[in-house]
Amino acid sequence: MTSVKTQQSRNDDGLAAVVPAKAPPQVIRRRRKPLTWDKVSFFAVFLGLPLAIYLLFVIWPFIQAFGYSLTDWSGFSPNQNFIGLENYVKIFTDDIFMKAMGNNILLVIFLPIITIILSLVLASLVTVGGSSKGQIKGLRNSSFYRVVSFFPYTIPAVAIGIMWGQIYDPSGGLLNGILTGLGMDQFKDFAWLGDKNTAMIATMFVIVWGFVGFYMVLFVAGIKGIPAELFEAARIDGAGRFRTAVSITIPLIRDNIQTAYIYMGILALDAFVYMAALNSGGGPDNSTLVMAQQLFFTAFSKGQFGLASAMGVVLAIATLIFSGLVFVVNRLTGGDKDVSL
Amino acid sequence: MTTKVSTPERKSLHFQPRTPATTPGDKVVGAVSHTALTIWTLIVILPLVWTFMSSFKTSSEIFASPFALPGEWKLDNYVKAWSEAGIGSAFLNSVLVVAVALVIVMVLGAMCAYVLARYTFPGSRAIYYLMLAGLTFPIFLAMVPLFFVLKNMGLLNTLPGLILVYVGFALPFTVFFLFSFFKSLPHEITEAAALDGAGEWRTFFQVMLPMAKPGLASVAIFNFLGLWNQFLIPVSINAAGPRVLSQELAAFAGQMGYAVDYGALFAAVSVTVIPVLIVYIIFQRQLQGSVSQGTSK
Repeated sequence: MTSVKTQQSRNDDGLAAVVPAKAPPQVIRRRRKPLTWDKVSFFAVFLGLPLAIYLLFVIWPFIQAFGYSLTDWSGFSPNQNFIGLENYVKIFTDDIFMKAMGNNILLVIFLPIITIILSLVLASLVTVGGSSKGQIKGLRNSSFYRVVSFFPYTIPAVAIGIMWGQIYDPSGGLLNGILTGLGMDQFKDFAWLGDKNTAMIATMFVIVWGFVGFYMVLFVAGIKGIPAELFEAARIDGAGRFRTAVSITIPLIRDNIQTAYIYMGILALDAFVYMAALNSGGGPDNSTLVMAQQLFFTAFSKGQFGLASAMGVVLAIATLIFSGLVFVVNRLTGGDKDVSL
Repeated sequence: MTTKVSTPERKSLHFQPRTPATTPGDKVVGAVSHTALTIWTLIVILPLVWTFMSSFKTSSEIFASPFALPGEWKLDNYVKAWSEAGIGSAFLNSVLVVAVALVIVMVLGAMCAYVLARYTFPGSRAIYYLMLAGLTFPIFLAMVPLFFVLKNMGLLNTLPGLILVYVGFALPFTVFFLFSFFKSLPHEITEAAALDGAGEWRTFFQVMLPMAKPGLASVAIFNFLGLWNQFLIPVSINAAGPRVLSQELAAFAGQMGYAVDYGALFAAVSVTVIPVLIVYIIFQRQLQGSVSQGTSK
């Protein structure tokens, strides 16, 4: 991602109009108009306006949440006492919250990998599945698959949850209808979401179902952004389809994959809507309970806003650790130093 | 990766009826690819078709068999969902809120991304990281304080309040994606515009923004869907206000636990799904066009 850009490459961009430090000589020429009204108003509106809204409605609440997490505030009462890290101690000794955290970790490990592999495979099939002769092109009629695969992403998560809740329904649901129709009678009246061994897997499948199309489209766009000459060169050098995919496509859309990994991971650490819609109570034996659900319950049912904010902080730190890990792993395994999204 | 404006002869490459000789290997790969993609397509489509079909059934029909076609194709369930369950008014609220928020966030996001991508000034890195932070922090963390921020401004449980919050939370994504897009645009063109006497404003609106169209279109689509599907924000800060669609749907499903009317539930889900799906299918062609234009080599 661009944030890991080095100062050196930054200057190379020729953007350094206002950077006097290491700027090459010709930059001075471009500073001839120091501060015109045009420039001042431009910066004020272009930077000031978005930033003001962003700071007020996003950053300021985030900062406040850290403050609240150190109090015993119950939200609507005027008195809030500073209690230090007591909320955090309470969280980490709470078995249910730890169980929820474990579920989130499970999601973070499996969701991004499954989703990305599946969407990468589908995207490769669509883009380079065509003829090995002549113009490099995708599979015939492939846009149909792409359009259809994207459908779930257009559906509100709540609707997806409700829909799949019905599909997984033990007696009248589509899934058991199909399975018993195929002769697997052991699934008759089997409660996919009611059995603690299957509830999590069933839930994960719903989330994967919802996102594969999205990342497929992302990867297809990325693959199409690769110059066709590269594929042609690889083909002339005798690389087959698989070799091309592994040695050309994946390294070149590495940034897209990293982005997808981070987004999917953040989603896995939240996952509130899906969990709430499929198993609002946290599932059998709390097997699908996630931190966000516990947070929502603590805040809006119990009214313990201080404690809930502390849970939010834990969630945020987990997210940051995760994003950092992905960055570091990508760098260490030879990811581009000058990555742009 | 630079964006090229597609030229006619390039575009025609896609439509040239060239049929190069296919090898047996190609046929196998093609068949396997089509099979795999078809299986996934079925996994995607079957639940949707089943939901749509069930939306015409009565509750007893739904319980009798998951596959049987409805006895009568009546719209009773839809009428019930649209008016009694309030899906209709929630739908209109959603359209209004998302449309306004989308326009604002695209304009502000493009401006902010442009400044961050093309100018270096003290603090530009810091602002960029601030955007990154907003993207990685869970929305949950902000909800309780946000509630009180809006309450103090008198915007709690109002649609303008919801719009402003939507803009705020969609901004980092927009800036992030357009940032790389503006960065990839050639600098020669900016210089040419400057030499021709265009000011900063004019350069942006008449030169850079039109060039960023493919990027803008994709980001707008993703923003639209993200905002349309938003659930947590309206539930937290608009709980007592005019409900939006996802909110109303959840409320409706919540009541269902007591009065079982699955037909109406399926109808409500269908009403939520189908219009966006249609809009997507129409818009998809334009998106595809702009994407292939923007990335054609």
